[in-house]
Amino acid sequence: MTPPAIRVAGVVKHFGAVRALDGVDLEIRRGEFFGLLGPNGAGKTTLISALAGLVRPDAGVLEVMGHDVQGDYRQSRRVLGVVPQELVFDPFFSVRETLEIQAGYFGIGKSPERDAWIDEILESLDLKAKAGANMRALSGGMKRRVLVAQALVHKPPVIVLDEPTAGVDVELRQGLWRFIRRLNEDGHTIVLTTHYLEEAETYCGRIAMMKAGRIIALDTTANLLQRFAGEGIGGSMSLEEVFVRMMHA
Amino acid sequence: MIGFWTLFYKEVLRFWKVGFQTIAAPVLTAMLYLLIFSHVLESHVRVHDVPYTAFLVPGLVMMSILQNAFANSSSSLIQSKVTGSIVFVLLPPISYRAFWGAYVLAAALRGAVVGLGVLLATVWFAELHFSGPLWILAFALLGGGMLGTLGVIAGIWADKFDQLAAFQNFLIMPLTFLSGVFYSIYSLPPFWQEASRFNPVFYLIDGFRYGFHGVSDVSPWTSLAVGVSCFLALAGVTLALLKRGYKLRM
Repeated sequence: MTPPAIRVAGVVKHFGAVRALDGVDLEIRRGEFFGLLGPNGAGKTTLISALAGLVRPDAGVLEVMGHDVQGDYRQSRRVLGVVPQELVFDPFFSVRETLEIQAGYFGIGKSPERDAWIDEILESLDLKAKAGANMRALSGGMKRRVLVAQALVHKPPVIVLDEPTAGVDVELRQGLWRFIRRLNEDGHTIVLTTHYLEEAETYCGRIAMMKAGRIIALDTTANLLQRFAGEGIGGSMSLEEVFVRMMHA
Repeated sequence: MIGFWTLFYKEVLRFWKVGFQTIAAPVLTAMLYLLIFSHVLESHVRVHDVPYTAFLVPGLVMMSILQNAFANSSSSLIQSKVTGSIVFVLLPPISYRAFWGAYVLAAALRGAVVGLGVLLATVWFAELHFSGPLWILAFALLGGGMLGTLGVIAGIWADKFDQLAAFQNFLIMPLTFLSGVFYSIYSLPPFWQEASRFNPVFYLIDGFRYGFHGVSDVSPWTSLAVGVSCFLALAGVTLALLKRGYKLRM
């Protein structure tokens, strides 16, 4: 049987007295556009960090495309692309150098194919004109798109986007979503966390809601929207309204 | 191996892009030391029958290698940690050995580049003999590797620039300054002579100087043995920290 894109089983993580992940179980199928929602401190970023190997769980198993995140970390990291939440960058390099270096970290050396793929990413994310610019010279939105480009440079089948549109203006956001949707249509599994719930409602086929380190709801977006059917204005509820209900339940 | 070479390349590119600060400035500092100390002491002091300036130059070269190797790996890591860009190195499938190797090799290279710069800038002021080039090379690489490794430990351990500065000012600076760069330990009182023998940097500088003048405070083989032992011990500690993900992976 083909393993799922992501499998999380019984994952627990403490930070001191805080139980950041409290027995999380989750499976995300290959090719899904999946939303991971929750208020600040719910455990979303900790879960993503655990998948990326940045956080070591106290208990439980995490797999990416069937590769154990701890035991088979080289393969699991090779198949995962992560767009971090913080707007981080290395101030010494240009956009193109940043992408070439990131590709090298994943074992992709200089080749016409690598350069063509970097060109394609730059083009798709509307960064081509800034390819030679130093990272410090970019706007916040541009830096955010470089982070997306860095996560894609090794063509990972699973892409995790931790609040990718925070601080990005409307036009850039729409371009970003077009590109991410295209990646999903090309077969990439997308895992998204966002506080813009209308984005999750529009793009995600399935959604998990987290609260205090636990998953309190896991269903298709359509089913979640029907969960409180008849109670909203005109009998229907937006994802935001459902989310608020779930969090206060 | 591509991951290792890329990280090494990135580290080299990082210091090269700010070469004025990372290469030219330490060369100038070493030259100022030379000008001041040689002006004051050249006509008064000979060490192991070597004129003072000729004695001083290898010490300054080695001190520059050591301090800059330490500065390279430690500053790169603390900067990446503080800005968060360390995540770009932690997300890819780079092994902890490759991580250590790339940072240390780049640190040793910066040390060697600065050391060569200091040598080229100061060689005109003294008559140097290159009596054992292999000793020079061996101690330069060993010193760069050792302090580069210590820089990795400091960079991982420190959470803020303040802590790294403390490491640098209260450990690295005393170790390098009190290591016989400017004097032979035989000119010290007995207690400090004995204390100097517990400073591993003393052996690196003494062995390095032996490569130039063929004279030293202790046998270069003893210095080599101490240097290699310290390097292996530091490398072992660093690899163990990296394998555990100490302060890098929570």
